[in-house]
Amino acid sequence: MATTIDVPVPGNLVEPFLRSERIPHIWCPGCGIGTTVNCFARALLNTKKDLRKVAVVSGIGCTGRVAGYVKLDSFHTTHGRAIPFATGLKLSRPDIDVVVYSGDGDLFAIGGNHLIHAARRNINLKVICVNNLIYAMTGGQTGPATPEDAITATAPFGAYEPAFNMPQLVEAAGASYVARWTTYHVKQLERSMTEMLSHDGFSFIEVLSPCPTLYQRRNKMGDGLDAMKFYKEKSKVRHGAPTSEIGLTRDGEIVVGKFVDRQRPDYVELMRRQLREHLGERFINDGVPTCC
Amino acid sequence: MQSDPRGVLTGTHFLDGDHACCEGALAAGARFASGYPITPSTEVVERFAARIPTVGGTFIQMEDELAASITLQGAVWGGAKAFTVTSGPGFSLMMEHVGYAVMTETPCVFVNVQRGGPSTGLPTLPAQADMMQARWGSHGDYQIIALCPKSPQECFDLTITAFNLAEQYRTPVFVMMDECVGHMTEKVIIPPAGQIEITPRRYTTAAPDQFQPYATGSDLVPDVPPIASGYSFHITGLTHDERGYPSMTPETQDHLVRRLQDKILNAVEKITLTEEENLNDAEVVVVSYGITSRVAQRAIDLARAKGIRAGKLRLITAWPFPDFKFRALASNGVRAFVVPELNLGQMAREVQRAAGGQSRVIPVTHAGGNVHQPEQILRAIEEALL
Repeated sequence: MATTIDVPVPGNLVEPFLRSERIPHIWCPGCGIGTTVNCFARALLNTKKDLRKVAVVSGIGCTGRVAGYVKLDSFHTTHGRAIPFATGLKLSRPDIDVVVYSGDGDLFAIGGNHLIHAARRNINLKVICVNNLIYAMTGGQTGPATPEDAITATAPFGAYEPAFNMPQLVEAAGASYVARWTTYHVKQLERSMTEMLSHDGFSFIEVLSPCPTLYQRRNKMGDGLDAMKFYKEKSKVRHGAPTSEIGLTRDGEIVVGKFVDRQRPDYVELMRRQLREHLGERFINDGVPTCC
Repeated sequence: MQSDPRGVLTGTHFLDGDHACCEGALAAGARFASGYPITPSTEVVERFAARIPTVGGTFIQMEDELAASITLQGAVWGGAKAFTVTSGPGFSLMMEHVGYAVMTETPCVFVNVQRGGPSTGLPTLPAQADMMQARWGSHGDYQIIALCPKSPQECFDLTITAFNLAEQYRTPVFVMMDECVGHMTEKVIIPPAGQIEITPRRYTTAAPDQFQPYATGSDLVPDVPPIASGYSFHITGLTHDERGYPSMTPETQDHLVRRLQDKILNAVEKITLTEEENLNDAEVVVVSYGITSRVAQRAIDLARAKGIRAGKLRLITAWPFPDFKFRALASNGVRAFVVPELNLGQMAREVQRAAGGQSRVIPVTHAGGNVHQPEQILRAIEEALL
């Protein structure tokens, strides 16, 4: 008679965070978005937060689909408007952690105005921007972060618009936490996300992430594995680097690390302070009551 | 349920329509507003910004109307009753999120204090030319509800009605004011909170593992999941199934879009509010709404003094359009409908469609900037009988 031994099957740590009934996801082989979600789930685990009180808000695009896969209260909004939606959610429920999870085109082009104003107000949102350097969902067109000379669907002879340097822009607008990693830096990204989730104020992480299907292929940069090798070779960790010096180029150095970590009073704090000062006891400071 | 007395300024007041609208929102339970300044609507949120800190709630001035129109929806999903206020150019920018509110069934209120258009048009002068935009402005097939106050008192009353309908049907509801109604000052009576009926949000009673965000009963209106309560619900502007998950099939699309339409069209008789006078013997019916109904009243009085059997049908609910009212009147022998409005014939077309060729329809058009002269409307009434 054969002896059977019960070998415990190693469970997947992040599975409880995913809507498993929605798998397989829509992301391509080699895409980095899933890697960021894995880091995000681990970061949430690290914080030991009550997951009922964490909400994810996404815009439109490949990264915009994150909201549909995480087993949290989640909102897939309109193109570019994840941040204003999240602003309303956060102001009505300041006790909830509101994470905005979206892409470079969504947050910096169509949603650029909302991004800078939320940073200026210091709304206590955690923004994760997956930067794949192009509009991927629509077929790989030039975006606000496309490096010069990169080939895209709408720049067949190479892009010639200067790209945004995301950390510099959000720092200038007022963000109180700013970091950049790539999907090669999974441990660092997890740590950074963990830190951001406990930081008060408008927080921003850029995650450079490959799009093998549309960006890598057109620019002869290989597949997802080649992207990891590229990130490994080109990345340099420089915590505290001046954000004015870390703009991305097509083939140049990728400076990663935490660049900004400062305390500024957030919007709700400023509002309450001002109203209390002027209205005294008349100010009713119990937030936005739920309606019924 | 009854209104929360903290938001109700019970008493007799002398208010303009914009301020009365704000008081209506507060009485209705609105505790969140997001706005962007635009004439002639800004006074609504100016008053809200001054009032809300002592009532309990939040106002935020956003960077544009695209933001304002979705910030309020975030607040609604956080549990608040919320609204925004705008005028023509801002209304155009908000259309994206009218569609989002329709698709996600987010109960909310949009106030449009109409001014002359197109484009920047007449910022300080009245028009009623956004009526079709309210109906059709966002892409896709859908229904909404729109109400048209004619006085500051109605700005108060109908704003409450708008919030109640928004909750009952889980839809954006429009309060279609105009510059005249917004800026005229009249007596406004605000009743005690106990006399103001409020429709609460219908939260689900199902356990999280049993809950389907877009499953409905016979009213076709789904229950709302409370946030931060373990429901892990998903809301999307994509075509979605009853679980709330994206589903790109023609069957799901058909089921969803027809339900969104039918939940309102099936209730058209319940939603319809009108003011009617002398319709039983009317040969001519003057159809009007908002500020124009006050001029139309004078024309009707002049016509009746001349012995003309003129009736009054004032649309308080403009959308969904009450076809049934017109079908009944047309079959009853009304010879003509006279339709004065501060546009080039937007609602007149609806009247024509609903009357089905049985009665003449005479539009009395006006491009906006001021109101009609009663004589213009009177001439149309007389012409109807020729």
